[in-house]
Amino acid sequence: MNISYIYLIPIIPLAVFLLLGINFQKIKPAVSGYIGVLGLLSSAILSYYAAYQYFFVSGKVDGKYQQFIDKTVWMNFTDTLRIDMGILVDSISVMMLVVVSTISLMVHIYSRGYMKGDPGYTKFFAFLGLFSFSMFGLVLATNLFQIYIFWELVGVSSYLLIGYYYTKPSAVAAAKKAFIVTRFADLGFLIGILIMGYYTGTFDFETLNNPEGSAILNWASTSFMGLSVITWGLILIFIGGAGKSAMLPFHIWLPDAMEGPTPVSALIHAATMVVAGVYLVARLFPMFYFVEDGFALNIVAYVGGISSLFAAIIAITQTDIKRVLAFSTMSQLGYMMMALGVSGYDGHEGVGYMASMFHLFTHAMFKALLFLGAGSVIHAVHSNYLKDMGGLRKYMPITNITFLIAALAIAGVPPFAGFWSKDEILVAAFEHNQLLYYIGVFVAGLTAFYMFRIYFGIFWGKEKEYEHTPHESPMSMAFPLLFLAGMSVVAGFIPFSEYVTPDNKGFEAHLNYPLAAIAVGVGVIGIALAWVFYKKENSLSDKYAKSFGALYKWAYHKFYFDELYMFITKKIIFNRISAPIAQFDKKVVDGTMEGIGNKTVVVSEKIKGMQSGKLQDYAFAFIAGVVVLAIVFIYLWTN
Amino acid sequence: MDFSSFLLMRHELILLAITLLLIIAEIFIPHHKKSNIVHLAIFLFGIHTVLGFLGLAESSLFGGMFRTNEMIHFFKNVLNVGVLIVLLQSADWLQEKIVEQQRGTEFFVLLFSSLLGMYFMISAGDFLMFYLGLELSTLPVAALAAFEVSKRISSEAGVKLILSAALASGVSLFGISMLYATTGSIYFNEILEVISVSNLSILGLILFFSGLAFKISLVPFHFWTADVYEGSPISIASYLSVISKGAAVFILMILLFTVFKPLMFVWENMVYVIAIATMFIGNLFALRQQNMKRFLAFSSIAQAGFILLGIITGDQLGFATVVYFVLVYVFSNLAAFGVVQAISLQTGKENMKDYEGLYRTNPKLSLVMMLALFSLAGIPPVAGFFGKFFLFTAAASKGYYLLVFLAVVNVTISLYYYLLVIRAMFLRKSENSIPFFASKLYMRIGLILTVLGILILGLYSPLYEYIFELSSNFM
Repeated sequence: MNISYIYLIPIIPLAVFLLLGINFQKIKPAVSGYIGVLGLLSSAILSYYAAYQYFFVSGKVDGKYQQFIDKTVWMNFTDTLRIDMGILVDSISVMMLVVVSTISLMVHIYSRGYMKGDPGYTKFFAFLGLFSFSMFGLVLATNLFQIYIFWELVGVSSYLLIGYYYTKPSAVAAAKKAFIVTRFADLGFLIGILIMGYYTGTFDFETLNNPEGSAILNWASTSFMGLSVITWGLILIFIGGAGKSAMLPFHIWLPDAMEGPTPVSALIHAATMVVAGVYLVARLFPMFYFVEDGFALNIVAYVGGISSLFAAIIAITQTDIKRVLAFSTMSQLGYMMMALGVSGYDGHEGVGYMASMFHLFTHAMFKALLFLGAGSVIHAVHSNYLKDMGGLRKYMPITNITFLIAALAIAGVPPFAGFWSKDEILVAAFEHNQLLYYIGVFVAGLTAFYMFRIYFGIFWGKEKEYEHTPHESPMSMAFPLLFLAGMSVVAGFIPFSEYVTPDNKGFEAHLNYPLAAIAVGVGVIGIALAWVFYKKENSLSDKYAKSFGALYKWAYHKFYFDELYMFITKKIIFNRISAPIAQFDKKVVDGTMEGIGNKTVVVSEKIKGMQSGKLQDYAFAFIAGVVVLAIVFIYLWTN
Repeated sequence: MDFSSFLLMRHELILLAITLLLIIAEIFIPHHKKSNIVHLAIFLFGIHTVLGFLGLAESSLFGGMFRTNEMIHFFKNVLNVGVLIVLLQSADWLQEKIVEQQRGTEFFVLLFSSLLGMYFMISAGDFLMFYLGLELSTLPVAALAAFEVSKRISSEAGVKLILSAALASGVSLFGISMLYATTGSIYFNEILEVISVSNLSILGLILFFSGLAFKISLVPFHFWTADVYEGSPISIASYLSVISKGAAVFILMILLFTVFKPLMFVWENMVYVIAIATMFIGNLFALRQQNMKRFLAFSSIAQAGFILLGIITGDQLGFATVVYFVLVYVFSNLAAFGVVQAISLQTGKENMKDYEGLYRTNPKLSLVMMLALFSLAGIPPVAGFFGKFFLFTAAASKGYYLLVFLAVVNVTISLYYYLLVIRAMFLRKSENSIPFFASKLYMRIGLILTVLGILILGLYSPLYEYIFELSSNFM
């Protein structure tokens, strides 16, 4: 299979970024919007072509989807350990190309309407280009180091876009928070990469993931604190993934990241960047599965399951619709992690892995749709808060319908996309870990409840007094909504299990009717409860909130995680540890350095006279130099 | 006789032909069209540079007096690219100041002769050819240093250079004659076989070394550098600091690694001491310079000290790192000199104080300068970082930890004064900062080439591997 054209997919957005970034003062906003959309459109077309080629024409050889790799050496350390740059084309990277390019294209189109009149319009599109480039690069990476490079680039673009409204202090703080929190997780990732490189002698995914390769077979050769070092490496790498995918306890940056423009939240903090952590685990899935009988994979499963429950509970209590969606994202990401964690490897055993990727795909569609719909609403009422909304269905019919479709999809109502992928996740959990299965079912109910809570709150309920009559968004914003709504309906019918499985051979998935019925039943109960509480304005919800008392308050304050971190950093680290170190640094380290610096200047002043400008002095120095060298090396320093 | 073997001297022959062609053109081009000489010369030299990249066999001529191989060939190409950039950067100066004095051709003929000398010097197979090349490369530059005849300081630079050079080459020749006295030969490969450790051969080595150390401006043979750079036209200063120094480093390294291999236990200590002295003296003097040309002069002395870290190893790794560093240094230093040249030509200003607020008025020029200084200081990911990093790796691999530590100390010092310029350009505001101006086409191409060089060398590592392979030619 010829894969060289795939290089264009990341390169085009990069070119857009450079073009718009360098000339951002010269290019007219309208033109820059078109350039951005056109660039992404070409990337998307190439991605679809690549997907078609891979899945239907030439990807499958001997009944197995192959990996196609094209790379060049970038840095050599030893004969085996080196850093390459290149592209890796396999089932999950192709699938991710489709997801990223579709969502990015839709967000580009949507932003043309949403960001209209913004002074930084061109800059915004430049940043979107940078992000798309980095994300494509991350997806296509051939080795751990390359993925790390793009991982950081994605982080930088996310930072730039969260802090896009840089005159708003809260946006700046959120951008910094996102960057710093994920940096901490990335430290783990980096150490994990170095451990992998040191103990397996390679960064290459292909070599690492080979089930018959030395990296997997020899995992037991070195151990540290009762676990294989390779397991430690995987856990550390997973910490990096947990940071990006907002898993407990690294999730605190995601809700704040909603300070960014809404299209950014849809693109980065719902559909693409945040799934990078899931993608990373899937990328190294054979290692996670085979090394130490999946010890690290178990951790992934539990972290995912607990995060998903935790986030769903918080989501119920939030009043800012974007934050509800943010916690919902975290919860769904937890689902995907959990599905990976309970997956096997061969044949039908790999249903968890397949379900995770499937859910990643469908979730990207409906969650981006939810965010864009929320953006459309925010655009109309100029507020993020539920209390300022209500009865909007009359004014915004398209947004209403598309939002409803997305809400049904995430609630797992058939035949919408979320039902199919969520069902597979629950099947996988049921077969491997009953505890996680029950958590999953409970979360499915919660999800349906909180989703319809905001749906009814926005579009039904009592009409509020709006400053000016809300109106439907322009076509540039409505089109992506309609397109994604279409995807949220049909994406579930894609037979994912034939294309994306851990062993790449594919299997036939069947609907497990009893499990599906339970899941749907729980979802419907959630929706019904929301109907009762929120369809009409009433005091029922407040009463129940009171009856939960402390739990409600805890959840409303996101279980005080932020406060806990603030306490640890401000009170303990800053005061007890950093302050003394800073004193030491100021007094001792700086003092020494400044002393040396001052001395250097003094010496430099003193010797200035040596350069007299007289040629005879220079000649004297020359001859003296020769004589001294001769004396020293002939008579004194003769070894 | 088969003249086709003369094609081994393709570089030399083409350059000679260009030089002669320019002299003939000088006769036929009428007075009012003399500026065409500049276009012609740059055009021809550009073709020569491109042609240089065609492959060349490895062989020797004239009974071993002249030799060439892939490494030498590669290095001649490096020199060519450097000279081409120098020409591009000086084209405006020539057209505005020199052509009207009817001295355009003179400039090119002198410069090309000097380059021709360098070709022969690095291709030399014996000390006679080496010495002839050395002289041919130095004498025309002295004339060029004094090229701005109306300026007293320029004449002074010319005189200082020619007298110091005469002293240096005399000392060098004295050393060569001692080597002849002990070994009975002037051919490199013959000397290598019979050279033995004796006081006379060590003295020969030291005297010979001093002569080349003068060209590289190693301490204490460096005093001429700052005065000459300050006085000469900027193109000549950049030529001296990049091309002349690069060629001398190259041939010095070849001779130390091959002919003087048996005396390595002497010269490695010598290089050790001189490296430390050169780095410290160069940096400490650079700290206080206000004139940009003097500033770059001392910075280039300090850079020469770093180069010695690769030479001291005496192995293939060291050789490759030095060649790579020189290549990086060519682009970085030419970028810095190019900006100084552009500003000096437009405004006549050469002091660091004049650069204050430059970023506000001339952002692109400031960015080029910043990139150049970052590269000279060794900040990743620009090329200079890898250049220094590889040199330090090479020295560390031989166990010279103290030397590497001192070099790192010096990198820190150098960072301070490089950042001084950047601070002046970017952070300082000034009432009378240099107003905006647009450079002419040649200057732009010249600067763009250097920027490309700095970026590509920093990001594209296979080139280093290539140089490493070529380095086996001298092992």
